[in-house]
Amino acid sequence: MMDAILEMRRITKTFPGVKALENVNLKVRAGEIHALCGENGAGKSTLMKVLSGVYPHGSYEGEILFKGRICQFKDIKQSEQMGIVIIHQELALIPYLSIAENIFLGNEQKRGGFIDWNETFVKTKALLETVGLKEHPNTLIQSLGVGKQQLVEIAKALSKKVQLLILDEPTAALNEEDSENLLKLILQLKAQGISSIIISHKLNEIAKVADSITIIRDGKTIETLDMRADHVTEDRIIKGMVGRDLTNRYPERTPDIGETIFEVRNWNVYHPQQDRKVIDDVHFHIRRGEIVGIAGLMGAGRTELAMSIFGRSYGRQISGQIYKNGRELRIRTVSDAIDNGIAYVTEDRKQYGLILIDDIKRNITLANLVRISRNTVVNENEEFVVAETFRRKMNIKTPSVLQKTGNLSGGNQQKVVLSKWIFPNPISSCWTNRPGGSTSAPNMKSIRL
Amino acid sequence: MMDVIKNVFRTNIRQYGMIVALVLITLLFQFLSDGILLKPLNVTNLIQQNSYILVLAIGMVMVIITGHIDLSVGSVAAFVGALSAIMMVDYGMPFYAATVLSLLIGAAVGAWQGFWVAYVRIPSFIVTLAGMLLFRGLTMIVLNGQSIAPFPKAFQKISTGFLPDFGSNSVHMLTIVVGAALSLVTVVQELRSRRTQQKYGFDVLPMPWFVLKLAVMVAVINIFTFVLARYKGIPFILILLFALVVVYTFVMKRTVMGRHVYAIGGNEKAAKLSGVKTKKVTFWVFVNMGALAALSGLIYAARLNAATPKAGVNFELDAIAAAFIGGASASGGIGTVVGAIIGGLVMGVMNNGMSLIGLGIDWQQGIKGLVLLLAVSFDIYNKNKSGA
Repeated sequence: MMDAILEMRRITKTFPGVKALENVNLKVRAGEIHALCGENGAGKSTLMKVLSGVYPHGSYEGEILFKGRICQFKDIKQSEQMGIVIIHQELALIPYLSIAENIFLGNEQKRGGFIDWNETFVKTKALLETVGLKEHPNTLIQSLGVGKQQLVEIAKALSKKVQLLILDEPTAALNEEDSENLLKLILQLKAQGISSIIISHKLNEIAKVADSITIIRDGKTIETLDMRADHVTEDRIIKGMVGRDLTNRYPERTPDIGETIFEVRNWNVYHPQQDRKVIDDVHFHIRRGEIVGIAGLMGAGRTELAMSIFGRSYGRQISGQIYKNGRELRIRTVSDAIDNGIAYVTEDRKQYGLILIDDIKRNITLANLVRISRNTVVNENEEFVVAETFRRKMNIKTPSVLQKTGNLSGGNQQKVVLSKWIFPNPISSCWTNRPGGSTSAPNMKSIRL
Repeated sequence: MMDVIKNVFRTNIRQYGMIVALVLITLLFQFLSDGILLKPLNVTNLIQQNSYILVLAIGMVMVIITGHIDLSVGSVAAFVGALSAIMMVDYGMPFYAATVLSLLIGAAVGAWQGFWVAYVRIPSFIVTLAGMLLFRGLTMIVLNGQSIAPFPKAFQKISTGFLPDFGSNSVHMLTIVVGAALSLVTVVQELRSRRTQQKYGFDVLPMPWFVLKLAVMVAVINIFTFVLARYKGIPFILILLFALVVVYTFVMKRTVMGRHVYAIGGNEKAAKLSGVKTKKVTFWVFVNMGALAALSGLIYAARLNAATPKAGVNFELDAIAAAFIGGASASGGIGTVVGAIIGGLVMGVMNNGMSLIGLGIDWQQGIKGLVLLLAVSFDIYNKNKSGA
C-alpha cells in the first residue's frame, strides 16, 4: 500500500450565502491518478482552488496535508513551490509570447540578473521532448492549436518540478486524437512518479486512466472508489454523482415529432479575416419537437454554423436561406433572430453568455427587455418576479437574484444563461456544447427542454 | 428588521458613501472658511460656476459606462461656444435659433466621433484625442485667435438669470413655494414606489425608518431652497441641471436604452449576442456627449459673456474625474448619473472652499489629484472586500 501524498481533511468553504464545500475529504496516494467527479456546481473546482492556494489559508476550514506535512498556502506561488501545480480549464498562456517565454514566465532563467536565453532555450527543448512536442521553443503560442497549448501547459508544470499535477477538464476542448495523446502523457508521467488529480466529465476517459475516484455531490464527499478493487462501472459513478440509480443515463422521453418548422439551405460562410470558406453548403432541418445534434470535431465549424445562423454573428459573405414554417426568413441581426424565436446558448458563458458584473435578474432579462417594459420603460419589479421564477424553476443555487453572476459557480452560471434564453420563448435553439458532452443532471435537463 | 436596514444600506453603500463624503467636505470647508462657504451668495456661485462641468459629467459617465472615454469635450465646448458667438454677435441671429443650431452642431461633432469609435472600431482614446486637437484648432481658426463679445442679454440669462419672483419680499417667495412643491412630489413618489414594492412582496424599509428618510429628504430640499431664497432665488441653470439629472437618471435606470448601455460596458460580446445593437448604442452615446458638450460650451460662453480660444481647457479632465469619483468603473459597465453629479460637486466644493481659505491654485491641483486617487482606491477596496 502506497502512502498518501495528499490528504485534505474536513474542508469547508463558504461563499456569501452558499456553502460550496462541507467537510470534504480527499486522499490521493503517491503515484496514482485520482479522478474527481461530480455534477456541475458540485464543488470540484472550488476544492482544487482551496488546494492550490487560490483561496488562501484562513478563507476555508479544515486542513491540508501534503507529503505528511500540514500546509497553509497563502497563494499559488507557495503551493507551486511544494510541487502542486494546477492547470485550469481556461489555459493561462499568453498568446503573443513564445513557448519558451511562456514556460518560464515568472520563473525566468537568470544569470546575474539578466535572462539567460540559451539556458531557457535548452531547458524548453528538453521539456517539449518529454511532452512529445516537436515545435521550436520560439514558436508563438497563438500559432498552436488547443491540444498543443495544453501540452505546453504540462511542460510548464514539469518545469516547476511538479509532484502533484491537477488537471481541470483537460480534454474538454480537445478532439479524440489530442485527448488520447494527453491521457497517454499523463500515464507516462505517472510512470515517472508524478501523481495527478483529474477533473473530468468524460467517464470513459476516467475509466481508462484513473486508479481511484472520489465523487463529490452538493459540496460533500460521497465516496472514494478504488478503480481496480471495486469493479467500478460508468453507471456506478453516475449513481454516486446524482445520488440515485439511473436506469437510463439520459432522461426517458417520448418525442412527439411533427412537421418541419425550421430549415437551413445552401448555407455558406467565409472566415471573418481569411479568405477561407468555413461553412460549405450546409443543409439541415428541424421538425417540431425534435432535437437535432450537430456533431463534429473541434474546428469543424459547429459553433461557426450556429453563430452565423444566429443573426450573422460570425463570418462574412454569408449566403443561403433560412425557412421557418415554410416561409423564408430575413435574418440580418441578432435581434431579427431573437424576434423569430431563435436562441443561441453559447458554450463560452463567461465571454459570450453573461455579463459577469451584473446581477442574475439583469442577465436573465437582457435578451427580452421588451417583454417586461412598457413604452421602452423597464418595470423593475416585474423583472424581479421573472428572475425569481426562473431561480426556483431552474434551481439556481444563490441567496438572491441580486447576486452578481460572476460570483456563481460554473454550473449555476449555465443555468442563468439557459433562463435567459428560455425567457424569450424560442421555437428553436442552437446549443453548442463540447464533443462527448457532459452527462450531468443539469445538462440532461437542458436536453429535455 | 435590522437585517433589512443593513441590506438596504449595503446595496447602496457606494451612493451613501459618496454623499457622506460630500457632506463632510462641505462641513470641513464651512468651518475653515468661517461660514462663508454656505452663505446664500456663495451657494448660488457654487452652482453657477460648476454647472458646465456637471453637464459634461452627465454625458461623460455614460461614455465611461460603455467602456469608452471622451477627451475632446473641452475643445468641443470651446468650438461650439465660438460658433454660437459668431452666429449671435457677428450675424445677429436670435439667441434661441443660435442655441438650437449650436446643439445640433455639437451632436454632429459627436456623430463624427461616434462613427469612428462604433463603426470603424478605432479606440475612443485615440479618436477623441484627435478630436481634442482638431476642435481646439478649429476654435482658434474660426475665432482668428481673438475673443468675441458681448452676447445678447437674453443669452447671458442662461447662466446668470434667476427665476422671477412675485411681490417684493426680503426672501424670494417663489423659491420657497418651489421647495414646498418639490417636497410634496418627493413624498408622493416615495409613497407610491413603496406601495408597488409591497404589492410585489419585496422588503421595504420599516415604517419609522421610512418616515425618517422622508423627513431628512424634505428637510434637505427646504433648507436648500431657503438658502437660495435669501439671495436671488433659484438660478435658471439649476432648473436646467435638475431637469437633465432627472431625465438622464430615468433613461439610464429605467429604460431599455439605458440597460443596453450598461450591458455593452459589462460585456460587449455577450450584449451583442443578446440582441443589443452595440454599434448603434455606442454611436448614440457619443452623439449625446457631443450635444451635452455643446450645451456646456454655451453655458460657459454665456457666463463669461465672451467666446475665447482658451475656453474649455481641461474641462474633460474635470468631467472624467467627476465620473470616477462618483463611482464609475474604468473598465465600463458601472456608474450612475447621480454619482457623477456628486463627484462633480465634491470637486466643485473643494475648488471653491480652497479658494475661500486662500489656498493657491498650485496646492488646489495637487490636493484634487490626491482626492481622485483616494476616492477610487476606496471604491476598489470596498469592491474587493465584498467580492471575496
